Amino acid sequence: MFYREAGDFSKTYREDSQTFPIRFDRYRYYAVLLIAFAIIPFFLNDYWVNAIFLPFLIYSIAAIGLNILTGYCGQVSLGTGGFMAVGAYATYKLMTSFPEVSMVVHILLAGGITAFVGVLFGLPSLRIKGFYLAVATLAAQFFLVWLFNRVPWFYNNSASGQINSPERTLLGVPITGANTEPWAVYLFCLVFVALSAVIARNLTRGAMGRKWMAIRDMDIAAEIIGVNPLTAKLSAFAISSFFVGVSGALFFSVYLGAVEVGEVFGINKSFLVLFMIIIGGLGSIFGSFAGAAFLVLLPVLLKNVLVTGLGWPTDIAAHLEFMIVGGLIIVFLIMEPHGIAQLWRIAKEKLRLWPFPH
Amino acid sequence: MPDQLVYAMEVFLNGLMAGVLYALVALGFVLIYKASGIFNYAQGVMALFAAMTLVGVMEGQVPFSHLINAVLGTKVHHFGWHLPALIGIVSTVVIMVVLAWLVQRIIFKHLVGQEPIILFMATIGLAYFMEGFGDMMWGSEIKKLDVGLPQGINLWIDETTYNIFDYGFFIDNLDIFATIIAAILVGGLVIFSQYTKEGRAMRAVADDHQAALSVGVSLNFIWIMVWSVAGFVALVAGIMWGTKSGVQFSLSLIALKALPVLMLGGFTSIPGAIVGGLIIGVGEKLFEFTVGPLIGGATENWFAYVLALLVLVFRPQGLFGEKIIERV
Repeated sequence: MFYREAGDFSKTYREDSQTFPIRFDRYRYYAVLLIAFAIIPFFLNDYWVNAIFLPFLIYSIAAIGLNILTGYCGQVSLGTGGFMAVGAYATYKLMTSFPEVSMVVHILLAGGITAFVGVLFGLPSLRIKGFYLAVATLAAQFFLVWLFNRVPWFYNNSASGQINSPERTLLGVPITGANTEPWAVYLFCLVFVALSAVIARNLTRGAMGRKWMAIRDMDIAAEIIGVNPLTAKLSAFAISSFFVGVSGALFFSVYLGAVEVGEVFGINKSFLVLFMIIIGGLGSIFGSFAGAAFLVLLPVLLKNVLVTGLGWPTDIAAHLEFMIVGGLIIVFLIMEPHGIAQLWRIAKEKLRLWPFPH
Repeated sequence: MPDQLVYAMEVFLNGLMAGVLYALVALGFVLIYKASGIFNYAQGVMALFAAMTLVGVMEGQVPFSHLINAVLGTKVHHFGWHLPALIGIVSTVVIMVVLAWLVQRIIFKHLVGQEPIILFMATIGLAYFMEGFGDMMWGSEIKKLDVGLPQGINLWIDETTYNIFDYGFFIDNLDIFATIIAAILVGGLVIFSQYTKEGRAMRAVADDHQAALSVGVSLNFIWIMVWSVAGFVALVAGIMWGTKSGVQFSLSLIALKALPVLMLGGFTSIPGAIVGGLIIGVGEKLFEFTVGPLIGGATENWFAYVLALLVLVFRPQGLFGEKIIERV
């Protein structure tokens, strides 16, 4: 009825293998882009940007990154927080050392540096598998946080040990520092998110993505059919860390502005991003967005309903959030291991036939 | 004898005793892992939960009092009793057994046969849930736990070492006590798993689920049993650490300390957990003592992980683990 593909013929292979082969899907996608780029910026205020849109956009990039590594290549990582810290500190050092260079360049470079660090910590993945590897990535998490906490060079010897992002402009509009406009930071992050999603989607359905998935499904079998585990695993670590690094860079420079590494990029951040992709859907780009949106919105919702609405103390709302998130992880792992993305797929299948299911 | 060497010996002894405590936490992991293939990340939170419950029961706190007060507008806090430690411990053990049953019944029954990594992520979810649940039930403020364990510097060691080296070693009575308890518990668990009927059944399950099932071992019972034993181990660890530094959130982080111990010793080996715990305990204290001041200190956070990582690169199954054989 609303969602059909009758009369929707693809005449070339190119048309047939596009991301949204169904016309309705394609238009919906364009509509979402249009709303996100051209309509939302006019209705933004500080609260909406800082409480919802910026965290959602930035976590989406991190979730896409982790999804490439965990969802597509099957290597569980608990070091996301540490890698985000690498991105953040790399941008900080670049911003303060080369003030005249554009922020876009800095953020991309920070991603590149994180990719390098990611490959370094990904090397053991060639020998270690499964949760041995998951625990090994904790080494990255703890070591990196310690490094940024203890070596003064990384925070330019500032007395507080914090890093603060100085004001930088892009095309004359400030995007970091204290004098930013909500629409400017929103659009700046949105561009990165949109590009990340397109790049990730195309990487994962190409030859490289198929190699990752072969490794994920069974690495020995993949090796036998000619996938080189060295390049496949390390490329997954590199690309995943690149996205995570970009998100860490944005998180620090655009969103928070000031960062104390142990608090912001601690192990809880690693778990948060992992939860996003479990709830959203392992091995799905849409799932990364869905999971990020869910876990960003949940605390805001709980706070508004329980604290503002019912007048409960904030600590109860915080405890309840822990319980709900933990419970949901278990429920999703038991009932729907592919997360919200799978629910969405099922809903689409149903909608295609609705209202005549036979 | 040079001063530095004497200090190093003191650090070594302290490390050894910390190592026994790590080994104790790690044992909880090994038990569950051996019997069910579940790598239980929630072990540390279980220790926190057990310690909180113990304090709550002994002090007579009303469970969920915060929530009740917020919803109903009442002001209930305490039942108004103070129980002796023994009764508190016994009732906490009962609660941990109930918890084990619930966890098995509600969660892991439905995840039988899933990949290990899925089970691992489920236990992370469980850890989060229990963290929120424990705080909700007993409140999140730091609590003092006192079950009558001796505390403070051990004067006898202090005097003896002073007479020998001209320098008194500072060793806490609580640490000595914890070491003895942990050693007894470790010995008890080894005897349990080697010489009792249930222990043999547990090892059979660990070896091969289906074969164990076919000779009449009840998987469900064994799983609930190991979760209960792990809960008991968590309680002991919770008492030790809780007495030392108060019952608070950071207690749940001891799980993170036990992970590298496991990786080092191998997930499937009880002796591995003990030796791994000792190596990590001594290693991190000595590293902090010798190299720490040169590179900024607080190396204890990551040393264990990096050490374990290096060992794993050369021996992926850990020092004592069973060789990993992979087939297509």
